[in-house]
Amino acid sequence: MIRPGRSNDISEEELHAYVDEQLPEDRVCEVQEYLAAHPDAASRVAAWRLQKTKIHERYDPVLHEPISDRFCVDTILARTAGAWKKIAAAAVLAFALGAGAGWFGRDLSGFGRDTDAARALAEAAIEAHRMYVAEVRHPIEVRADEAHLVPWLSKRVGQQLKAPDLASEGLKLMGGRLLPGPNGPTALFMYQDAGGERVTLTTARSPSGDETSFQWRAEDKIGAVAWFERGLAFVVAGPAEHAKLNRVARRVYEAYEIADNAAGK
Amino acid sequence: MTAVRRGLQPLIPALRRFARALVRNSEGADDLVQDTIVRALRGEHLFQGGDLRTWLFTILLNLDRNRRRGLARKPFLAVIEDIDPPGDPAADGSGRDIERGLSLLPPEQREVLLLVTLEGLSYREAADAQGVPIGTVMSRLSRARTALRDYLDGELPPLREVGGSNTGRRA
Repeated sequence: MIRPGRSNDISEEELHAYVDEQLPEDRVCEVQEYLAAHPDAASRVAAWRLQKTKIHERYDPVLHEPISDRFCVDTILARTAGAWKKIAAAAVLAFALGAGAGWFGRDLSGFGRDTDAARALAEAAIEAHRMYVAEVRHPIEVRADEAHLVPWLSKRVGQQLKAPDLASEGLKLMGGRLLPGPNGPTALFMYQDAGGERVTLTTARSPSGDETSFQWRAEDKIGAVAWFERGLAFVVAGPAEHAKLNRVARRVYEAYEIADNAAGK
Repeated sequence: MTAVRRGLQPLIPALRRFARALVRNSEGADDLVQDTIVRALRGEHLFQGGDLRTWLFTILLNLDRNRRRGLARKPFLAVIEDIDPPGDPAADGSGRDIERGLSLLPPEQREVLLLVTLEGLSYREAADAQGVPIGTVMSRLSRARTALRDYLDGELPPLREVGGSNTGRRA
C-alpha cells in the first residue's frame, strides 16, 4: 500500500500528523523527503511548528504556578460535605421568601397574576435546583430504583405525581427529594445525562385551578420553564438552554396528559 | 479512594493551562477548572474507565460551551475577555500575538488546536473530547492552522474581530 519515494502519496492529514508526532514511524522518512521536494508544504509545516512553539511558550508557565487550595480535591470534597446543613437551611429560606412573592400561586387571584406567580415559582425552583444540583454526596433522598419514590412523593404532595421518562432527551432519573413549600410539601425529581448535566422537575400543588402556558426564566447559568396545570405547579430547571428545557417541559406535560387520557379524564 | 479522585489532582496543572489558553481571562479559566473538578467528583460514577484526562477535557469543554451561551446573552461581559490583565506576560511579550490569534478562531477550532498542540491529545482523544468524528477534528485542525498562519503573517485582516476598535494593538 505504501509506496516509498512516491511523494504524491503524502496527504494533508499526514502533514498534520507529522507536526503532531502522530505519524506512524514508517512514514516519517517519506514525509521528510516530500517536504524536501515541496517548499510550499515545508513552509506550511514550519509555520504550524512555530504556532506550536508560541502556544507552549505562552501557556506552559501556567503549569508552574502555585496551585491554590480551591483546586485541592480533598478541600472541595470537605467543603461540599460541610456545606450541606447550610444549603438545606438556605433552601428552606428561599422557599419561604418565594412564598411572599406568590410562590406556587398563593396570591393568584386571576390570570393577570399568572406571570408573576410563575416567575416567582421559577425563581424559587432555580434556587433549589442550584443548591441540590451542586450537591456531590446527597443530591437526592430516595433513589430512582426504590419503588416507593413516586408513591411517597405523591402521597406527601397530595396528588398523583409522575416521574416522566426523559430518555428521549438523554436524561435518566436519579431520584427525588421532598422539600418544604409554602403550600405544603413539594416534590423534586432529579435527572442526569451521560455528561453529568442535571435537570430537576419540581412539582407542588397549586391552590388555584388556573392553567398557564410555559413561562421561561433564566438566572445566571440556570434556566427554568414553569407552568400551572391540573391543580399542580411545575418547574423544569437546568442549564440555561431554552430549547432543550422546553422540550423537557413538553415531555413532562405529555406524560401527565397521557396518564389522564388513560384514566379516561 | 476512587480512580477519579486519585487521578484528578496531578492533572490540575494541565487543566489550568488548557483553560487559560481557551478563555484568556485567568479568573474565568480558574472558575472553569474548579467547576470541572466539582462536576467530575459529582459524576465520578459516570467515568467508565479509559482516559481520565480526555474525560476531564470533555467536561471542561461542555462547561465552557454553557459559559459561552451565558455570555452571549450578556454581551457586555464578553468585552472583559479582551482586556489584558495587568502584569500578564502576554501584554508586553511576544505571547500577545498568539493569544490574540487564538482568540479570533471559532471556539471549536481553538479547542481542537489546543487539545492537540498544547495538551498533546491524539486525534482520537480530541474527537472523543469534542464528541465529533475524527474527520471533523482533522478539518477543524487544518482550518485553525491556516487561519492562525494567515493572522500571524498579517496576510489577512482578522475576520472575527470582536469589539471593533478595542483590539488593544499598541504602536
